[in-house]
Amino acid sequence: MNARVKHVELHAEDDGLAPGEVILKLDNVSLSFGGVKAISDISFDIRKGEIRAIIGPNGAGKTSMLNVINGFYHPQQGVITFRGKARSRMQPYEAAASGIARTFQNVALFKGMSTLDNIMSGRTLKMHRNFLWQVLNVGPARDEEIEHRLKVEEIIDFLEIQHIRKTPVGKLPYGLQKRVELGRALAMEPDLLLLDEPMAGMNLEEKEDMSRFILDVNSQMGTTIALIEHDMGVVMDISDRVVVLDYGRKIGDGTPDEVKNNQDVIDAYLGVSH
Amino acid sequence: MDFLYAIFIDPFVQMVELPDFLLQVLWEGFVAGVLYALIALGFVLIFKASGVFNFAQGIMVVFAGLTLVGLHEKGVPAYLALILTIGVMGLLALAVERFVMRPLVNQPDIILLMSTIGLTYFLIGFGEFIFGGEPKQMITTELGLPTGSTAFEIGDGGLLILQHIDIAAAVIAIIMVAALGVFFNKTRIGRALRAVADDHQAALSVGISLNQIWAIVWFAAGIVALTTGIMWGARSDVSFALEIIALKALPVLILGGFTSIPGAIVGGLIIGMGEKIGEIYWGPLVGGGIESWLAYMIALIFLLFRPQGLFGERIIERV
Repeated sequence: MNARVKHVELHAEDDGLAPGEVILKLDNVSLSFGGVKAISDISFDIRKGEIRAIIGPNGAGKTSMLNVINGFYHPQQGVITFRGKARSRMQPYEAAASGIARTFQNVALFKGMSTLDNIMSGRTLKMHRNFLWQVLNVGPARDEEIEHRLKVEEIIDFLEIQHIRKTPVGKLPYGLQKRVELGRALAMEPDLLLLDEPMAGMNLEEKEDMSRFILDVNSQMGTTIALIEHDMGVVMDISDRVVVLDYGRKIGDGTPDEVKNNQDVIDAYLGVSH
Repeated sequence: MDFLYAIFIDPFVQMVELPDFLLQVLWEGFVAGVLYALIALGFVLIFKASGVFNFAQGIMVVFAGLTLVGLHEKGVPAYLALILTIGVMGLLALAVERFVMRPLVNQPDIILLMSTIGLTYFLIGFGEFIFGGEPKQMITTELGLPTGSTAFEIGDGGLLILQHIDIAAAVIAIIMVAALGVFFNKTRIGRALRAVADDHQAALSVGISLNQIWAIVWFAAGIVALTTGIMWGARSDVSFALEIIALKALPVLILGGFTSIPGAIVGGLIIGMGEKIGEIYWGPLVGGGIESWLAYMIALIFLLFRPQGLFGERIIERV
């Protein structure tokens, strides 16, 4: 191993916020497509170090919410404050640069590339050596590549996917693809990690594995996590606070126990007789 | 019976009897194929990264060639003109990204295709306005490209004549493809390009800027166009007629697959050599002139049996 490459550890970058302080805050955010309101007047916050779940029936606006946070959609109204700074229209790559990573409901991996390359692509923003150096693959660019490779290997170990390191991800089963996608997001060492249904379509064992990874990411790397999930058992087990959406409105917000006993939430999930 | 003999037996008899002539035909086809492959390469670069079929690739070849020759005519030394032309292709890439791609992002493919047709006509008009519509002589010797030819003796008394410029074209094409291979596989930008080709949303989410990537691929396609323009211009001349020949890239792409760089090359060679052989050995049966449509025939047959091309990604629709 090259002596100039220092040992690296994975953790969210220190942003000067203490655990429990608000890292992301949405105030009165509204988003509509043409005449269809996807999100109406929603306010909530995410605190540093917590696991924040966003739940709600289908079509409640959960994914739209994540898309607003990472810059795919731009809300017509409302203010988004990330790490104390109010954001104006932000492009997704700028959101990524500011420390927000995400996964997708329908796995969005680079199917032609190997697991390793997929996770390496998460390091895009952390690589700075210019491109001539990389072509030559000598000196500083080589050190940099090795340094990033080390971090990626740590993630691969962490997620227990050593055996599929070189496999093109298109060939992997769904559960493993989801894990690789999580790995790519982790490679960005985000301050805020957005997970869109990380356990959708998984069997019980895979769900347990994924829950364990999410908890470990949260506790070991100190990453703040916002996740959308339909499995209520999982949500109530792993999240610190839950926000509930229905038809684009917020109908509940609080600890899992508070949310469970909220009449509006019960009505939304079970239906209410008129 | 005579007819069947003429189709299935006679051409092969001719090939065996005059092997040097066959080699000459194959070489001519190979060189044409290299040039088709270069044009197809320009298409593939842009298609991979943005899903846009760039109808303007052919005119970019002409435009690059015209700019180079035009600058030289205005008294700029050849190598400086080459560097300036590279700069012009860079500016063109930035302009296309800013004024065509960015406003039309997320529009249906057909709209993006139409916009590149618009770009084609803009470049035709702009090129004629600046440099005039007359065909121009490529500045081959000024750029230090070889001229002349070498003859090889083959068997007893057979001759194979290779034009030096053709050899140079083949070598430059190989270098170019190798360079693109390194660029795509070994660099961070290359990885980002492949990422964008696979999934736009995911690429955005890891912090890749689509705008930057598009500008880079259009620039790369511009450089490929310039190389093609020089090589093709050296064999005939630089004129707007080249744009029609550039459409030969279509059958090449159908054969090789729209997303594959090796496919563009193999497809180019198959089409180039196939149409030369077809023209020489089977052309006389139908009165000649099959070179202009044979490529499209081959493409049509391919579409029936292997629509994704030789190397393209399998088309799988999940229902």
